[in-house]
Amino acid sequence: MEHHAEVLRGVVWQPRPPGWRDPVAILLVLGVVMLIGIGIREMTAPFALEHQPEIALSPAALPYYTLRTIMRMLAAMVASLIFTFAYATPAGKSRRAEMILIPILDVLQSVPILGYLSFTVVFFVSLFPGSVLGPELAAIFAIFTSQAWNMAFSFYQSLRTVPIDLDEASRSFRESGWQRFWRLEVPFAMPGLVWNMMMSMSGGWFFVVASEAIAVGDLHLALPGVGSYVALAIEKRDLGAVGWAILAMTIAILLYDQLLFRPMVAWADKFRSEQTAAQVVSRSWILDLFRQSNLHKMIGAPIGAALKRASRARMSLSARSSVPHWSPPQMVLDVLWIGLIAGALVYIGGAIARFAGSALSWTDVSLVARNGALTLLRVALLVAIASVVWVPIGVAIGLRPKFTARVQPVTQFLAAFPANLLFPIAVFLITRFHLAPEIWLCPLMILGTQWYILFNVIAGASNFPSDLREAAASFRVRRWRWWRDVMIPGIFPYFVTGAITASGGAWNASIVSETVSWGSTKLTAGGLGAYIAQMTDAGDYPHIALGVAMMSVLVIAANRLLWRPLYAYAERRTRLD
Amino acid sequence: MTDMTESTPPVLDIRRVCVTFAKPSGEPFPVLTDIDVSVQEGEILGLLGRSGSGKSTLLRVAAGLIRPRSGIVSYRGAPLTGPTEGIAVVFQTFALYPWLTVLENVELGLDALDLPESQVRQRANSAIDVIGLDGFQSAYPRELSGGMRQRVGFARALVSNPILLLMDEPFSALDVLTAETLRTDFLDVWTSHRLPTKAVLTVTHNIEEAVLMCDRILVLAPNPGHIAAEIKVPLAQPRNRLDAAFRAIVDEIYSILTSRMAETVGPQGGMRRGLVPQLPEVSADRLGGFAEALAAPPFDGQAELPRIARPLALEVNQLFPIAAALHMLEFAELHDSTIKLTSAGRVFADSGADDRKRLFREHLLRFVPLAAHIRQILDEREDHRAPRARFEFELEDHLPEREADATLRTAIGWGRYAELYGYDDTTQMFTLDHMAA
Repeated sequence: MEHHAEVLRGVVWQPRPPGWRDPVAILLVLGVVMLIGIGIREMTAPFALEHQPEIALSPAALPYYTLRTIMRMLAAMVASLIFTFAYATPAGKSRRAEMILIPILDVLQSVPILGYLSFTVVFFVSLFPGSVLGPELAAIFAIFTSQAWNMAFSFYQSLRTVPIDLDEASRSFRESGWQRFWRLEVPFAMPGLVWNMMMSMSGGWFFVVASEAIAVGDLHLALPGVGSYVALAIEKRDLGAVGWAILAMTIAILLYDQLLFRPMVAWADKFRSEQTAAQVVSRSWILDLFRQSNLHKMIGAPIGAALKRASRARMSLSARSSVPHWSPPQMVLDVLWIGLIAGALVYIGGAIARFAGSALSWTDVSLVARNGALTLLRVALLVAIASVVWVPIGVAIGLRPKFTARVQPVTQFLAAFPANLLFPIAVFLITRFHLAPEIWLCPLMILGTQWYILFNVIAGASNFPSDLREAAASFRVRRWRWWRDVMIPGIFPYFVTGAITASGGAWNASIVSETVSWGSTKLTAGGLGAYIAQMTDAGDYPHIALGVAMMSVLVIAANRLLWRPLYAYAERRTRLD
Repeated sequence: MTDMTESTPPVLDIRRVCVTFAKPSGEPFPVLTDIDVSVQEGEILGLLGRSGSGKSTLLRVAAGLIRPRSGIVSYRGAPLTGPTEGIAVVFQTFALYPWLTVLENVELGLDALDLPESQVRQRANSAIDVIGLDGFQSAYPRELSGGMRQRVGFARALVSNPILLLMDEPFSALDVLTAETLRTDFLDVWTSHRLPTKAVLTVTHNIEEAVLMCDRILVLAPNPGHIAAEIKVPLAQPRNRLDAAFRAIVDEIYSILTSRMAETVGPQGGMRRGLVPQLPEVSADRLGGFAEALAAPPFDGQAELPRIARPLALEVNQLFPIAAALHMLEFAELHDSTIKLTSAGRVFADSGADDRKRLFREHLLRFVPLAAHIRQILDEREDHRAPRARFEFELEDHLPEREADATLRTAIGWGRYAELYGYDDTTQMFTLDHMAA
């Protein structure tokens, strides 16, 4: 009653007039919900391999295809997140689980994703016969494998590096495992996890495009999506349609960035501990919009409170406490455990040997090894050339803060843009001017991933301490000595990070770029990627497996023998304590 | 347990407790041996000692964070098996969750109790009020000064109404002025009996702080950690630093600590007996500076440690390594709480850079077996190089990893200063390159 009186007087209590922010926020939410609904309905529709829906080349069909592609990305991201929590948590908490889970993750990271696409497609199609869910899951799985490994690694690293004082506080206040996970471990891991999600996502576009239209032997699949659209455009030699697809993908990536990742990065800022305070405060207009709208107070706040309550629930039956203390090494259990792992390895090794022995010969192995050497040479040369080009440019940009702020989002976009959409244009030019495919197809391998070098070098140069720069200037260190003594050591760890990503991406890309087609024209550059692609076309599984195994071995060898020592060296030399 | 003289049982009782950590080789390394402590109702008990004496470890045993290798810990008569209701900890580094607000951080102290939301909010707010944080509820820790952060640490510990409050060097990460304010505020709350807390166990390396706060002080000595002395502080609160009785207690503690130190760091047979003394973590530069100050008036070569600590603004954990190093190198002698330059020490203090270096090198070779050992190995080898790992292994037979690493780092620093040997961090090798033969 009192309230009514006050309303009449119009002094104290007043319903806030809905600002412009509310309709915008409500529209955004409803729009996203509706699109997700449409996507899910289509993804579970019945489906027959013989009567696949026709892919249309009209630009009017593209928005719908783009939606389907985006939905796959989203589903893969959710799956990756669940996998991360489920896989990295035991690895970070149990020594015995760590012993097997981490080496497995390490190898999985090095296996070329497009190489085993053929296996997963057949597997998922047979898992859900008659439903479009099978091929959909195969495509989603391909994206998932491009994201999940490094997210899991990041989370595992965070679990292992929870600061000791926060760990002791959590234990002394007797938080249950559930409380500790949501209140300490996940928040602590959040900045690294969000960053890795963003990086993974930008790699993911490449694979979603590659995995939508796939042919394994007699099995031809084309899921509605941008990738299938481009595949059809290539078959029909329609350069205009390729242009439309590039436009659609550009818009999709920009939307993803603005609607999902900017808000996430800005939000994750609050989980940063002071020691690693961000140089730039991340802002997102979407996040600001929601934080300032009434919608946030009406819907967001109750959801937030419910989540908080959930994170605070004890979720444990007894107040069990774990107290680490010195105890003799549990030799017996360890021996049993290691014995069990060794036994499993021997069994699997034997099975593989039997399988391979019946289908493969030594000539196959030597052929694959020669192809591998060719691709290895290409990757090495391309990374070297890209470094020579992009390091000076990156340094020049990174040392100019205003310029950096404008260029960095562009490089991020270029890194995310699936380079395979640009392949048709390159192939068109190569056939038009009769260039040698052995040489001119190579740049395609690094077309999409060279940006990681630029991106990281810019970050390194812009983080270079200004006092060291001023010191170099005041001692008049110039030209060659300036590069050798000042800038190269300063950006080295960043450069190595970028180069690792670039070379890893180049290996993956070799499978789709060493063999390309334009209508009926087929160009082949030879090499391990072309080998895997040809075997996939033929549906020859033992040879696909051999090619993939060889590529994995080469990638692992390069990581172990070159990149990791380089990275460790960079870490050690540029530290000042 | 049988000779219980107090009328009420102790809040916390630690009996014959030993704690061991694992050396890198897996062997146990004793950190605390045969510790007997009982915390009585109504008292503030202090644990005082140099770094490495195991005082923080003992506090963690009391908190249930570390389980002892042997011995019994009982809290109000029942054995303590892990962190328990009624015991709360204030940490040296505050240990606040950076992603939670002040209010949420304080509420964290109630997580384990499973209380209804309204009660959680109300209790958190009243703890915030008692500790003087009102108005800061919605701030994040990064927005607060160090003193305010530690107030959150106190509020979080007190919100669960602990019977026993444990404090691990709670003021040592703060500047002198802030520490003083916070300490006074805490003592006000404590002496006014506004807290349900019955006893406090606090760790510190600051002698004056211990005498200001505690009713009883246990002095811990290292190698392995044990209780060297118990000192009662029968002074009324609030205490005055300039009071003669106060000064007498401070001096007494200083002399206990220094006499212990002289025993443990005195020049020993060293390697031949397979015994490697831990080297104090202090740079050669600092030794020179301290020797100069000691040689100059008003000390003229001799000073009581508490007297010289003040003008040089040195805390005990900085002062003692210097004194220990000078004693070890026979540039000074420690006796009770007095440090006196030897004749070599006077020359060391008075000479220029080159002579000082030469003298330091001479003493390093004679009195620090580890340095002499490194040089000898390098001399014997054809290429005059030896990997760091080699000496690390030798040291880790006697010391845990962290201490072995610190000792080796000191040996590297001293050897470089004396130009006795060099060290290349990239290759992790000791060398005789650029050294006088």
